[in-house]
Amino acid sequence: MAYTFTRRAALAIAASAALVASSATAVLAEGWKPQKPVEMVIMAGQGGGADRLARLFQSIIQKERLASMPVLPVNKGGGSGAEALRYLKDKEGDAHVIMATLNSYYTTPLRTDIGVDIEEFTPIARMAEDTFILWVNADSGITNLDEYVAAVKAAGRDWKMGGTGTGQEDSLVTAMIEAEFDLDVTYVPFKGGGDVAKNLVGGHINSTVNNPSEQMGFYNAGKSIPLVAFTPERLEAFPDVPTARELGHDIVYAMQRSFVAPKDMPQEAVDYYTAMFKALSESEEWQTYTSEKALMPAYLTGDALQTYFLEERAKHKAILDNMEGEGSS
Amino acid sequence: MEMLALLGDGFATSLSPLNLMVVLLGVTAGLFIGAMPGLGSVNGVAIVLPLTFIVPPSSAIILLAAIYYGAMYGGAVSSVLLGIPGASTAVATTFDGRPMAQQGKAGLALIAAATASFVGGTISVVLFTLFAAPLADLALAFGPAEEFALVLLAFTTFVGLGGDDKLKTVVMICLGLVLSTVGLDLISGQPRLIFGDMPGFYSGISFLVLAIGVYGIGEILYTIETSKTAPQVTPAKITFRELGAGLKRINKMWKTMSLGSFLGFFVGMLPAAGATPASLMAYGIAKQTSKEPETFGKGNIEGVVAPETANNAASTGSLLPMLTLGIPGSPTTALLLGGMVMWGLVPGPMLFIEQPDFVWGLISSLYTANFAAVLINIALIPLFVWALRMPFTVLCAIVIVLCIVGGFAPSQKMHDVWLIAAFGVAGYLLRKADYPLAPLVLALVLGPLMEKSFRQTLIAEQGNVLAFIERPLSGFFIALAVLFFVLPLVQAWRRTARRAIAPAE
Repeated sequence: MAYTFTRRAALAIAASAALVASSATAVLAEGWKPQKPVEMVIMAGQGGGADRLARLFQSIIQKERLASMPVLPVNKGGGSGAEALRYLKDKEGDAHVIMATLNSYYTTPLRTDIGVDIEEFTPIARMAEDTFILWVNADSGITNLDEYVAAVKAAGRDWKMGGTGTGQEDSLVTAMIEAEFDLDVTYVPFKGGGDVAKNLVGGHINSTVNNPSEQMGFYNAGKSIPLVAFTPERLEAFPDVPTARELGHDIVYAMQRSFVAPKDMPQEAVDYYTAMFKALSESEEWQTYTSEKALMPAYLTGDALQTYFLEERAKHKAILDNMEGEGSS
Repeated sequence: MEMLALLGDGFATSLSPLNLMVVLLGVTAGLFIGAMPGLGSVNGVAIVLPLTFIVPPSSAIILLAAIYYGAMYGGAVSSVLLGIPGASTAVATTFDGRPMAQQGKAGLALIAAATASFVGGTISVVLFTLFAAPLADLALAFGPAEEFALVLLAFTTFVGLGGDDKLKTVVMICLGLVLSTVGLDLISGQPRLIFGDMPGFYSGISFLVLAIGVYGIGEILYTIETSKTAPQVTPAKITFRELGAGLKRINKMWKTMSLGSFLGFFVGMLPAAGATPASLMAYGIAKQTSKEPETFGKGNIEGVVAPETANNAASTGSLLPMLTLGIPGSPTTALLLGGMVMWGLVPGPMLFIEQPDFVWGLISSLYTANFAAVLINIALIPLFVWALRMPFTVLCAIVIVLCIVGGFAPSQKMHDVWLIAAFGVAGYLLRKADYPLAPLVLALVLGPLMEKSFRQTLIAEQGNVLAFIERPLSGFFIALAVLFFVLPLVQAWRRTARRAIAPAE
């Protein structure tokens, strides 16, 4: 056992040495630099869409040597991100912690009382807005929104809509669809977007509101059909898919993919990370990824970002209040 | 034939000097990572992931797969030597592996585990090569109802095979199920059983924390008590004659091994099921069909072979939904998937068509990784066994440190360390009272899966319980589960009936 232990320790040391060596040459901003590895807290568990994206950011930072110290992703997905939010709150003034957010950044503190006010956190950068599309199985024979609404009306509660959980982004969109078209569907929660996608193709649910990246593989294979996009404009990756707005239904919803930092992070550190994400947003890999996965690049920083966060929080409060008012299951 | 040509091209990729080196490196690292309680393949892959940019994408994914594979072999090492399963997939290996080690046959048990892993791995890679595409459709046919039926089946094989005291087994399963409900409810998002408002419980109780507690700390406490007067020394030596004899015995277990391989591959292939139920079912079936079922759990080598073939076969199987559907079947495959996305490879139905070089390179590397793993593993067995010859006073301290570090590392929360200590004491008391620990640990692993799929089905079918039986696949599994549950009862009843008749004659 002693032997295995030393071997493993040696391995770990070698690994971290290589990490440090690979990034030691990186110089980005003048002045302040991180003095130790930077923790990148992820508000979701391993393997999900948010996690994958955060790790993509980390890999680009590492590969392009955008940071002088390694960035270490840490998953704190408990309680729809409650765990991560609490953690960040306790890190007040820390210059070596950043957090990758999704919309549970607003909804979780609204739904559960965890003593977190997101207004206190320091906004760093919004990298993109993820989009939502309504999908059906290719075997269903449904090709447009009208047919969809007719089919759901006929099926009533037998219509199964898959999603990632009550209060999550897709359930909000589902609630908006139900309200707009006066529908009443059965909402079945799954563990992650990938699981939902598979159950749609396997015929265990009838439709879902997935991020494009989660359905891309099946869409390319002709197994699922996008009906309508909940974006302001048509998506580059799906030029033939109409937006809900075009069809006369004002449902627009996006999921922000941003980074925030603890309360009172030193200004030099905020500048450092902002510059780092600026460089990241201009990297070729990121540009390719956003266009392929139908993500809308939407770089935003500073006060403008904080204003955006607060507006979004107010919007989500309205949606959530509305959902609870209906007593939806 | 086209497939063979593609596989040939794949071998040309995987046998290049760089990739061969990558496989050897990955397998060795994986072996040690897997052998450490608390450090599973998830951590191994996560640590190495950022380092893979120095090699081309195909080599990088081969490296990650080799670590994954090596860790699967390594998992048996700590199960056998220390009785601590490093991953939930290796729990079944402790049933007979640990008693064998206590009888001084640790070397034999490890050889059996390595050989069985090799057979399981190889058979499932062949299945993978031949049937990857059509089998992906089968994985799609599995919805929540089918998942539930499959987990139920895993549970019933377990009641059938548990210790002598059925009631104690059932009690432990129930306790495990209660522990599995701690944390956030998937359906409503509400926290459950968080003891007031302890943030540490929000993410639930992880398998590792419980297993390290009851098996690691609990076992050490128990051993300290039983050996306080005479420190026990396990004479563990390994000779070539023993090795030969061992291989000869294993050679007679083809039925168990092929059954374990097929079972492991098919169960592993289903998203969400994975290697844990597969290894359990393989153990259960091996015991049920054995001529001497009473020797299981007391150091029967077949009890090591069955779960080890199945869990390795399952780890290959779980790559199938990841590559063909883009659905990771386990946390480790989720990380592999993340790695593939990083390099711009899109897993899913089109991967085999658009990236044949990559896919077949990976498949062929599984063959080479398997060979490398079995050779390196057997070469290292004397070293592993040597560790057991350490005085218990030294070993005990090392194991406790490993347990605490291993419990802290994945979540980096002190909360988990305190939980490990609490579970350690509980495990010690339960052992003293002769309660089986495996049902507790496995119920914690399978419980959330079962609850989730059960409730999803009920929601989707609007409360219609009959849906489980009406769907052909799930109905089939439920019927099997009932059979497994009833069969041991019938056998026991016939035995007592016969005994009752016997004196009358």
